[in-house]
Amino acid sequence: MTEQITGAQSLVRSLEAAGVDTVFGIPGGAILPLYDPLMDSSRIRHILVRHEQGAGHAAEGYATATGRVGVCMATSGPGATNLVTPIADAYMDSVPMVAITGQVPSASIGTDAFQEADIRGITMPITKHNYLVTDPNEIPRVVAEAFHIASTGRPGPVLVDVSKDALQAATTFAWPASVDLRGYRPVARPHAKQVREAARLIVESSRPVLYVGGGVLKSRAWAELRTLAELTGLPVVTTLMARGAFPDSHPQHLGMPGMHGTVSAVTALQKSDLLISLGARFDDRVTGQLSTFAPGAKVVHADIDPAEISKNRTADVPIVGDCREVIADLILALQGEYDAGRRGDYEGWWAQINNWMATYPLGYDKPTDGSLAPQYVIERLGQIAGPEAVYVAGVGQHQMWAAQYISYENPGTWLNSGGLGTMGYAVPAAMGAKAGRPDATVWAIDGDGCFQMTNQELATCTINNIPIKVAIINNGHLGMVRQWQSLFYNERYSNTDLGGSGRGAVGATSVVERVPDFVKLAEAYGCIGLRCEKAEDVDATIEKAMEINDRPVVVDFTVHQDAMVWPMVPAGTSNDKIQVARDMAPRWDGDE
Amino acid sequence: MSRHTLSVLVENQPGVLARIAGLFSRRGFNIDSLAVGPTEHSDVSRMTIVVNVEELPLEQVTKQLNKLVEVIKIVELDPAISVQRELILVKVAADPQSRSHILETVQLFRAKVVDVAPDAVTIEATGNVDKLDALLRVLEPYGIRELVQSGMVALGRGARSITDRSLRSANRPA
Repeated sequence: MTEQITGAQSLVRSLEAAGVDTVFGIPGGAILPLYDPLMDSSRIRHILVRHEQGAGHAAEGYATATGRVGVCMATSGPGATNLVTPIADAYMDSVPMVAITGQVPSASIGTDAFQEADIRGITMPITKHNYLVTDPNEIPRVVAEAFHIASTGRPGPVLVDVSKDALQAATTFAWPASVDLRGYRPVARPHAKQVREAARLIVESSRPVLYVGGGVLKSRAWAELRTLAELTGLPVVTTLMARGAFPDSHPQHLGMPGMHGTVSAVTALQKSDLLISLGARFDDRVTGQLSTFAPGAKVVHADIDPAEISKNRTADVPIVGDCREVIADLILALQGEYDAGRRGDYEGWWAQINNWMATYPLGYDKPTDGSLAPQYVIERLGQIAGPEAVYVAGVGQHQMWAAQYISYENPGTWLNSGGLGTMGYAVPAAMGAKAGRPDATVWAIDGDGCFQMTNQELATCTINNIPIKVAIINNGHLGMVRQWQSLFYNERYSNTDLGGSGRGAVGATSVVERVPDFVKLAEAYGCIGLRCEKAEDVDATIEKAMEINDRPVVVDFTVHQDAMVWPMVPAGTSNDKIQVARDMAPRWDGDE
Repeated sequence: MSRHTLSVLVENQPGVLARIAGLFSRRGFNIDSLAVGPTEHSDVSRMTIVVNVEELPLEQVTKQLNKLVEVIKIVELDPAISVQRELILVKVAADPQSRSHILETVQLFRAKVVDVAPDAVTIEATGNVDKLDALLRVLEPYGIRELVQSGMVALGRGARSITDRSLRSANRPA
């Protein structure tokens, strides 16, 4: 006779069968039956977080740093709704994640029972798929499907909501040998004819650019990308989601395109006659005003999600497929072109690009009043911690500087909230990354605004021996919002002064009370707290933080409040309007 | 803008209608009409969705629908090679003077009277949108008390069935 177990035991066995080794979560009434057998699992490490949002972002950080599916868990009602932000974040950035939530007993569903929320309905538009399970016999199948859907095709979050009675009822366990969903069969193999057409356009074009997006990282295609780039000699730009997919030190790398991209990357796209888009989605932060984006370019658009192709910009050559297979096939097709004596000539194009790169490198001004430049802190952090470390940013100015001034040489070393722009992502995502890759040095680079949204997870880090390092780029303000107020709202700083930088109100110079004092806060959480306010102390402070590996470290870098992120393409305008600094447009004399 | 009729085969499971309706509203597409019911396969439902969009957004709708795990197949039905029908029930005011004129109209449109009251008749009619619009225009002067429409259902002409292959083979993006 088959062994009788509870639905909860079946769920734990299903998670084990799916290969789960780490789960981030918090128990509560509806999910209590699951937590009981979870205690006995020797294979699953459950990390008790302090807020469900932290569990969700930790699962994202774990997934992005390891390439495996991240798992988070919460109870019904508020537990589940607290997962909504990280689920939406994972959906926008195509992060493979499975969220397990408890639900009130099936007989109570629909009665406005205590801690009842229709989390399946709530998360329909922000999940790749979701389930409500009320029959314990469905648990293994649903869990197997959830992991399959989350991790294949275009990855994304899947939510499994399980009613309390299904967790308590008796059932048997049988792990399905395979998953077969007739409505879900992602196409991985690209169409040969389309790939040949792309190869033909590449050799015929004179100003091509490889426009590389996060899909290249999801499909683990970085080696193929490098081969393709070096075979063809094409310039490469990597979007915010693709930093690390191609080494920043590579001479063919022009940097990041978009609103705060390098002049050479933005301009190369604008002046290109052929964009080869690999796993990118023509996001508005990259294209600027869509109608004026890369007006002279034909578009080869490769993506595993057919709905991304021609969504924003019409593709001349659409290629549906996994980036790794697309690039591998493209290399073969290009070899065929070269063997037939057809090869592109990009010498003139490179001369133009090299001129832009030489004339408009990334750069920043050092403050003259002796205060600390945030860009300098981040630049030194990247140089001292090195290209093997994992960098996790929040959202705002510090995120853009971290994308610009750290040299990414390896995939999986840059984590951030790109599509949704979720402040508060960094600390819990860094925790998840460190839990998944305990041997890596993990630095969260956070703003003082972001940090105050989720820093409670420092307690989780300390207690569970997850020694992350946090660099707070503390300018006392919601810096990016303040930058927009400086540029577009006549320097009227409505509600962006957090008053915690030690400067008090805008313009005041006297040191007032720090609220909160991040060093004391760190100490309260059992972390080491450090503070750095001068450029000459930056290296020593970072080196000291690098030496502490038995507990989390938080460094309060008190930085200049007026620093801005440049270059910048003002929102909604053409990329041709890029400014290298305030009111300073590049000069295109001698171009064309 | 132009009207397009989409036949969508979906898993017969709770929540599918909410998922599809939600997708349309989230992506900003308007549904003219939507009719749903079981098919010859008990585990498959068929939705007939009429949308009013240009070609490119239609392609987006189709692709986005195809991404839903519970959507098995989508076929656009060309009015020229499909049968498209709607059913309406309409309650019309009818006094002794107007009643015979109304009944004559019912005859002309091959409709049926399904309920009679001293001062009203209820008419059932099926047909394509043009025919039903014409019927309603004729009935309007008598006073339409109540109107309900089923939404369009449609089938391709000929012997082929869209459910045949799709239930076994992969669902390919349009």
